[in-house]
Amino acid sequence: MVALQEFFLNLLATLRDVLPIAAIIFGFQFLVIRRPIPNFRKVLIGFALVIVGLALFLQGLQQALFPLGKLMADQLTAPSFIYGTAQQLVEQVHWADYYWVYLFAAAIGFSTTIAEPSLLAVAIKARDVSGGVITIWGLRIAVALGVAIGIALGTFRIVTGTPLHYYIITGYIVVIIQTFYAPRMIIPLAYDSGGVTTSTVTVPLVAALGLGLAATVPDRSPLIDGFGLIAFASLFPIMTVMGYAQLGQWLRYRQQCKLKQKVEAHVNT
Amino acid sequence: MPFLESAKDLAPIVAVIAFFQLVVLQQSLPDLGNLLTGLLMVVVGLALFARGLEMGLFPVGENMAYDFARKGSVLWLMLFSFALGFGTTIAEPALIAVAKEAATVAAAGGIISETEEARAQYATGLRITVAVSVGIAIVIGVIRILKGWPIHYLIMAGYLAVVVVTGFAPVDIIGIAYDSGGVTTSTITVPLVTALGVGLASSIKGRNPMVDGFGLIAFASLTPMIFVMLYGIWVH
Repeated sequence: MVALQEFFLNLLATLRDVLPIAAIIFGFQFLVIRRPIPNFRKVLIGFALVIVGLALFLQGLQQALFPLGKLMADQLTAPSFIYGTAQQLVEQVHWADYYWVYLFAAAIGFSTTIAEPSLLAVAIKARDVSGGVITIWGLRIAVALGVAIGIALGTFRIVTGTPLHYYIITGYIVVIIQTFYAPRMIIPLAYDSGGVTTSTVTVPLVAALGLGLAATVPDRSPLIDGFGLIAFASLFPIMTVMGYAQLGQWLRYRQQCKLKQKVEAHVNT
Repeated sequence: MPFLESAKDLAPIVAVIAFFQLVVLQQSLPDLGNLLTGLLMVVVGLALFARGLEMGLFPVGENMAYDFARKGSVLWLMLFSFALGFGTTIAEPALIAVAKEAATVAAAGGIISETEEARAQYATGLRITVAVSVGIAIVIGVIRILKGWPIHYLIMAGYLAVVVVTGFAPVDIIGIAYDSGGVTTSTITVPLVTALGVGLASSIKGRNPMVDGFGLIAFASLTPMIFVMLYGIWVH
């Protein structure tokens, strides 16, 4: 009964999210464009599926994954786990003691990104538009790797207490350099993938990890140091997606070179 | 088959949680029945969502792009873009949460007074700021598609703006500002905005949907960072 009630609440919340969007779309469609929407019935069914699907998705996450994930984030960042004693008094933190935290950060970043619905949406579009050159799984794995690296580095930053903007500005410089060498086709998609990685699944778990960590590491304030993980998670996928395209380009180039050598060897003999 | 596909999407999370819970923390999985029904809901939900995208959200976004392109009214298109960016962001739950947290930080830092009213006012101001910035971002992104400008100059200008504004922003707000870029684009906004961009780029002659169609989300996650810091400077 409680689960049903929760599902209903989630459904209402999703409806509230969709309502302004639907109002804008249908308002402009009827008042400005003044043309009927083709396949209107099918579109309506599609909207209903999206709403019910998201509500179910959220409900499942809240019931199964979030409580456990948050609990684990708390336990892994607790001093009693890291130092093996219940003693809270640790004078000096050593960043290397937090290796399980970094590993957990990377693993949870990777796996939640794979399940992120908005990334799936962009990956489907990218596959269709690129005529299959970009595969759904290729893009998702590239983005997920970026999030994994980003969040692991972000937890390292919280442990060491170094300023956030140094990392972000360095990241920007790397992105700009990569932009000049990456295939032109991938650049807009790579920039977009920074924004799509962090929504329904990733944000709650990652926020819990950041706040838990900032609360337990001495001299860190959760209010100031707890933020920033999302920023890392939106920056690094830009690099890995461009890297994914660069790797593909390089592999093709090498294949062509080999082919050329083979042909030349054949001609010479 | 779509359910199998969604189950595959979820497998990594299950593996990570199981590994850390059983091997690293050495604890048992609590309430296995609850866990399994929850996972089943996630799988079914994701599959329905993906199906609904291709039936509803994608065609609608693309159709509107075609219709606007055929109508040839740039002004209406701009108005629609702004409304879409603003309207989808203002009600975004993640943004509401971030704005609330930012108000707490500001109150703790003594920037605003420690009253409920001052915090609510600060949070509302921040939400409107971010929603306006996303609206502007979509407008800029659509103009870029119409004109066919290369994206990276605009993004670099945006990065430069972020760096410059960071130099003047109060330290307390930087973390929240940087995070706000990532949280503004929700699960329903992303497919719609992507379909709009790709639809526009494919209905305008001389534009390539791959090169020109993507990029709207990139703007929408960049401008909030700048605007939130500006808001912090202004309130300070």
